[in-house]
Amino acid sequence: MSHSAAAALAGSGDDVAVATSSLRVIRGKVPVLRGLDFAIPAGRITGLLGPSGSGKTTLMRAIVGVQRLSSGSVTVLGLPAGHPSLRHRVGYVTQSASVYPDLTVEANVRYFGAMHGKGRADAAEAIAAVGLEQQSRQKTADLSGGQLSRVSLACALVSHPRLLVLDEPTVGLDPVLRADLWDRFRSMAEAGTTLLVSSHVMEEASHCSSLLLLREGRLLAQLTPAELSSRGHSADLEKAFLHIIREAEGGATAAGSTTPERTVRS
Amino acid sequence: MNPVMMLATTRRVLDQLRHDHRSVALILVVPALLLTAVYFLYENETLPPGVPRTFDRVGLMMLAIFPFVVMFLVTSITMLRERTSGTLERLLTTPIHKADLLFGYGLAFSIMAALQSLVATAVAYWIFDLDIKGSPGLVVMIAVINAVLGVALGLLCSAFARTEFQAVQFMPVVVVPQILLCGLFVARDRMNEVLESISNVLPLTFSVDALQEIAANAEATDRLWTDAGTMLAIVLGVLVLASLTLRRQTA
Repeated sequence: MSHSAAAALAGSGDDVAVATSSLRVIRGKVPVLRGLDFAIPAGRITGLLGPSGSGKTTLMRAIVGVQRLSSGSVTVLGLPAGHPSLRHRVGYVTQSASVYPDLTVEANVRYFGAMHGKGRADAAEAIAAVGLEQQSRQKTADLSGGQLSRVSLACALVSHPRLLVLDEPTVGLDPVLRADLWDRFRSMAEAGTTLLVSSHVMEEASHCSSLLLLREGRLLAQLTPAELSSRGHSADLEKAFLHIIREAEGGATAAGSTTPERTVRS
Repeated sequence: MNPVMMLATTRRVLDQLRHDHRSVALILVVPALLLTAVYFLYENETLPPGVPRTFDRVGLMMLAIFPFVVMFLVTSITMLRERTSGTLERLLTTPIHKADLLFGYGLAFSIMAALQSLVATAVAYWIFDLDIKGSPGLVVMIAVINAVLGVALGLLCSAFARTEFQAVQFMPVVVVPQILLCGLFVARDRMNEVLESISNVLPLTFSVDALQEIAANAEATDRLWTDAGTMLAIVLGVLVLASLTLRRQTA
């Protein structure tokens, strides 16, 4: 098979986990996502990066299927986002830990596991995966902030989702745990899970195989970390990102009256 | 409906409650204590021969009203927490069916309500010699239906509150009118027409009517079953309305 044929196949859908087309979301009167078109490859870690308020969480909610769309579409694993048969295959970890504080760690994970027909052993495995075996019998309310967010992660891992959407999963974690988690994500991706991880910490971008740069509801670029540093003329991904943003802003102001969006995007 | 998910939810709700000793005390002990207070309120009344004690009338109705009030309160707060903490949204991204969630809640609190009314009814019968003709088992049955009614209304009202403070504000709006008009203070046929017609459609009215049937007859009457059936129909209707407030997608 020639290289271009393989590329065409990849584009045709089999290796695409998530695809959006002209995705727009308006909340209240504020446009949050202003027309997004992109595809996320299956079995990889894709980073969703952008300053706060750029629409990362809304985009993740749209992919998970809990966000009402204003127009456009989101396709997840070949089905429209939010399709009932996706509920077994998509895991979502919100930014603030969505767990029951008055239950033990184990009870939380077992409850969410029960929704996917998983039992005690699966729960224990998920708890071990986030390194909370010692705290398993503790009430979730008594844990630290970082431990709390790991309970929330375990509640998603227990179902072994095909697509795992993680909203800022490493906030509040110490460097050792952060490295552990990224190792975990990497081995999950190697086993075929697709991960979409948002972050506003640019140094984490280096763990991803592809990056979506979001700003003010628009997709600034989709590229690899290496491309980011070469396009942004810096090995420091944060500086590179800032450079690309300034470039986009500069382009927009320079173009002024002549519809800048079209000239940049098409 | 998926019984595994429903029972997992029941178990989870009971597990949450188990960690909250004060709520358990509120559910199991407080009604019996209030019943004791009602007994001593009327302790020294002088009655002409043949007239039943006020406690036999009021105490009996209290057995139905307690589970309704307590379960309304506990459910609306628990469900509101579920809505605001993000766990509800998370749950609705899993395969759980809304009915599994609602009936899971309903079942958990019905179990608590059954325990509650067993304690309260036992106190009323064995300590204060509650004197009614019908079977105490029927009293417990009506109490449990009342508790489920409280659960259903609590689930529904939680959708219209943003904070726990707002949730508690539904007490005087939803619960107090039903207590005022159910026939506890003034017999319903002595109310003016407007109040009586309002009272005719309030769910608690049917349970008080059912309890009066139990008090007056040794065997279960048709009217008792009609009342119980009407209440169950109202409970189902309210649960359907509550399920409409559970949205998988939000703006």
